Amino acid sequence: MATLLDFRRRIRSVKNTQQITRAMKFVAAARLRRAQERALAARPYALQIARVLRSTMARLENPQHPLLATRPVEKILVVVLTGERGLCGAFNSNILRKAMELFRANKGKKIVGLPVGKKSRDFLKKQGLEFAGEYVNVLARVEYSTAREISKTVTDLYASGEVDAVYAVFSEFKSVIAPNLVVEKLLPVESISEEAAAAGEAQVDYIYEQAEEYLLDRLLPRYVETQVLRAMLESSAAEHAARMTAMESATKNAGEVIEALTLHMNKVRQAAITREIIEIVSGAASTA
Amino acid sequence: MLPDAFELVVVTPERQLLRETVVEAQIPGAGGCLGILPGHAPLMTELGIGELTCRSAAGKETVHLAVIGGFAEVLSDRVTILAEIAEPAEEIDVTRAEAAKARAEKRLAAMAPEIDWDRAAVSLQRALIRLQVARKHTVSASNP
Repeated sequence: MATLLDFRRRIRSVKNTQQITRAMKFVAAARLRRAQERALAARPYALQIARVLRSTMARLENPQHPLLATRPVEKILVVVLTGERGLCGAFNSNILRKAMELFRANKGKKIVGLPVGKKSRDFLKKQGLEFAGEYVNVLARVEYSTAREISKTVTDLYASGEVDAVYAVFSEFKSVIAPNLVVEKLLPVESISEEAAAAGEAQVDYIYEQAEEYLLDRLLPRYVETQVLRAMLESSAAEHAARMTAMESATKNAGEVIEALTLHMNKVRQAAITREIIEIVSGAASTA
Repeated sequence: MLPDAFELVVVTPERQLLRETVVEAQIPGAGGCLGILPGHAPLMTELGIGELTCRSAAGKETVHLAVIGGFAEVLSDRVTILAEIAEPAEEIDVTRAEAAKARAEKRLAAMAPEIDWDRAAVSLQRALIRLQVARKHTVSASNP
């Protein structure tokens, strides 16, 4: 039978946990706000560069570029973006499961990993994947230079024919409660040319200050960089959102546990008092 | 008929800096400065390091931005600037730019074989543009 003291101790410990989860929730909320702002601010650029690239490609008769070349896919590179730490609900495991799905779908092909985030690195290492590089502790403060570095690794591998397709697996920030897992094909850049054909952009004659090929050559790597940056920003916003919701429910849970424990403790206390009274009364009765 | 204004959008990978209806803009193209008026022929160019100026339709106010690298797409009613770096005059860190300028100048003056000449030259150019744009801001602030 648990004594009063045991209950007091347990309540205190749950209260401490609750304080921690509540603090983490507020921290996550503050970071989320910042991350969300950045993710939203980065969207116009991503949109515009995709549009400009599309219209440039649509105007070139036969766009030729190493990053556009399609080859039979034998070796794929997968960039997996997760968080650095746990305590954010199913955020990391959802992404990793998605990555596993992708690996299974590409069975028989050689898979090279490029983890971004500690959780992703640990997981891919356990899977025994070959790494093209690893980026840990970069998502807390997303920098354009990191995105550039990652995208350079990716484009170099692709252009040299080391890998035949590049995918990115990450969680997109949709809203605080609804994360959206995406597997995005980074390279070869193909979807945009299809879209352009469908859209049939107005075929106005352009003045090109530089040769079209030169511009394409500059635009494509930039486009990939933007995609990587966007993935990083989205992922970091989604992580904070996931952590915030997880900590919110943890705080609520702790509250419930405390309530139940307090109720129990009071019952035990009352039982003890009642017992004492009975003892006194029966003692008095026997001496009388 | 030609439009009498066009939409100018300036975006960097980090944020959208400007989305405004303007009547005139000067863009620092890689091959030289470009003046854009409404109804310009479609054009696509790489950007150099320079100053972007535009005059908005509403008032007579002008906006100055330091732009470093990127691309610009010009259509008759819309201009899109995809800048690598773009900073409005009031956000430029003058002391940092001064320091960068001094550093680059020192490097170039030293003419040491181990320094990256191109990089030093580019950073000097960046610093100069930042200072030039920042000066416009302080001037317009002191006598509005």
